[in-house]
Amino acid sequence: MKPVFLCIGFLLSVYCTPISAVTLHVEKGHSIYSIQQAVNMAKNGDTILVAPGNYKEKNITINKPIVLLGNNYPVIDGEHTYQLISVRADGVIIKGFKLIHSGTSSLIDIAGIKVYDVKNITIENNILEDTFFGIYLQGATHCTIKNNRLTAYAKTDQQSANGIHCWKCDSLSIIGNTVTGHRDGIYFEFVTNSLIWKNRSIKNSRYGLHFMFSHNDAYIANIFQNNSAGVSVMFTHGVSMLNNVFEDNWGDGCYGIFLKEITDSHISGNTFLRNTTAIFFEGATRILVEKNTFIKNGWAVKIQANSIQNTIKNNNFLANSFDIATNGSLVENTFNKNYWDKYEGYDLNKDGVGDVPYHPVSMFSMIVAENPTAMILFRSFMATLFDKTEKILPSLTPENLVDKLPLMKPLRL
Amino acid sequence: MIKIIKYVIADILRNKIVIAYTAFLLAIGMSVFNLEDNTTKGLLSLLNIVLIVVPLVCIIFSTIYVYNSAEFIELLVSQPLQRKHIWLSLFSGIALALVLAFFIGIGLPVLLYSFTPTGFILVVVGLLLTVIFVAIALLAAVNTRDKAKGIGIAVLLWLYFSLLFDGLILFILFQFADYPLENLMLVLSALNPVDMGRILILLKMDISALMGYTGAIFQNFFGTTTGMIATILVMMLWMVLPVFFSLRIFKRKDL
Repeated sequence: MKPVFLCIGFLLSVYCTPISAVTLHVEKGHSIYSIQQAVNMAKNGDTILVAPGNYKEKNITINKPIVLLGNNYPVIDGEHTYQLISVRADGVIIKGFKLIHSGTSSLIDIAGIKVYDVKNITIENNILEDTFFGIYLQGATHCTIKNNRLTAYAKTDQQSANGIHCWKCDSLSIIGNTVTGHRDGIYFEFVTNSLIWKNRSIKNSRYGLHFMFSHNDAYIANIFQNNSAGVSVMFTHGVSMLNNVFEDNWGDGCYGIFLKEITDSHISGNTFLRNTTAIFFEGATRILVEKNTFIKNGWAVKIQANSIQNTIKNNNFLANSFDIATNGSLVENTFNKNYWDKYEGYDLNKDGVGDVPYHPVSMFSMIVAENPTAMILFRSFMATLFDKTEKILPSLTPENLVDKLPLMKPLRL
Repeated sequence: MIKIIKYVIADILRNKIVIAYTAFLLAIGMSVFNLEDNTTKGLLSLLNIVLIVVPLVCIIFSTIYVYNSAEFIELLVSQPLQRKHIWLSLFSGIALALVLAFFIGIGLPVLLYSFTPTGFILVVVGLLLTVIFVAIALLAAVNTRDKAKGIGIAVLLWLYFSLLFDGLILFILFQFADYPLENLMLVLSALNPVDMGRILILLKMDISALMGYTGAIFQNFFGTTTGMIATILVMMLWMVLPVFFSLRIFKRKDL
């Protein structure tokens, strides 16, 4: 009989181990009053439930796979000195905390939640206020950062750092977060195969989204608004930028999207509203720009002569001050079947496509490119005369930058 | 004085030109908004009307009117009236009539179809330019006795303000491209009421484009309340100064 009991005992023990995961309650004035204490006591797979209150913890280090839950947003305060939570184990879940006042440093990267070289981390529904870096992932894979709200209040660039900062990561999902007042809203460097979906990046002091050496990522349905330098995508290939909104990114050197040295990417279904420059191409290759709407931008598209084999088709250009600007006469890009509200041609055979090709670069935009101060003459009688003469006798504007099939009616997008 | 103004306005209204001008503006104002589904484009068409047609019509009509009322002015001068009052009434009468014409012709359609900050500033600039060009016309007309010469001067002045001045600015911009010219441009633009008006409208219409490059400087000046007030004041000066100088000449003129 003994082997049978042993067997049953063994089975029971195996079966019971997951059930034995316990919930530790942390509350001020109770036996477990600090979160670090609970983390030290917890075993793998345990849950720590934190009651509301103000916890001054001096960097909570999580080194085992546990679930950290906040009940009604308990506050973890870094007293302007410490990092708040460091995650050094796989499979950690952190939900429902309010993290405030992290330290600030120009030597080390202090963050609200920092994740070190681990995988399967979930950080969800947290509120981060006045943190230096917000959520910082380094060398992390398969992580989900969802529905967090990050706000920073730094006055200068030196005092502020990035909201969601990802470095050397893979397969991340950044979903539904709101980032305000940081340096870069979302920062990606060497991050691959990741998704950025439905986030809002607003009023950050540098870029809404900063993207470098991060191949095969997608960012979809995000809103980038009022960031002082817009969105920048650089040194990358295989990026899909779909259905985002780029709004009110104003200033010199400020772009809706800044594309530098990027190849084989897809920009589709986005709305660009009231940006100084909606898209700026510099050394960009094989990019498909389609089904986007450009409204009331200063310049809808600025395309440097070093950008080749890009296709810009089926877009709506509405009420922009300038539709296209370029800096040379060599044009190796295709512009076809767009709707330009400045088009003045006709359509005799009624096929919806204008019979006269449209040259979207105006003479005056070339003058302004050469001498920016000339902007003071914009829309003057003389500038209009220049544009009209240039239409009849092109001399300065690049002749092969042309839409041969301009649409007569705006596309329904 | 009020009596003379009334008489001048009645005379202008009897004269069909201003009615035709009103109808023309109204036709354009209504049609640009009805033909385009995009009101921004409509405002853009009206911008050209405000900056080119309005000054032209105002300056030429006022000049011709002053010449044609030479006999009426002589009659008034023989009455116990101050010359100052006669001249100012003439100015107010013409200006009021043309302001009314502009307000009905362009103001109403804009307020109906596109009551936005851009539309509002467009109407304000149009009204200011109307009065300014009436004032400039008076100065042009009081200087010469010869009607043909007077109208010629008026046309030349219009050409100068709407085209030649900008050409000059562009010339300076390219000749001195190596120097920071932004602040100089601010000062120079004050020398042309059409440019000032245009910049005021641009600040609303093309704000995104102006925010780039040198826009910061223009925005920092014109965009602030101080800048706005300064601009309006300078435009007021453009009304007051020509009237003042023409008045001085008219007072001493041997009719």
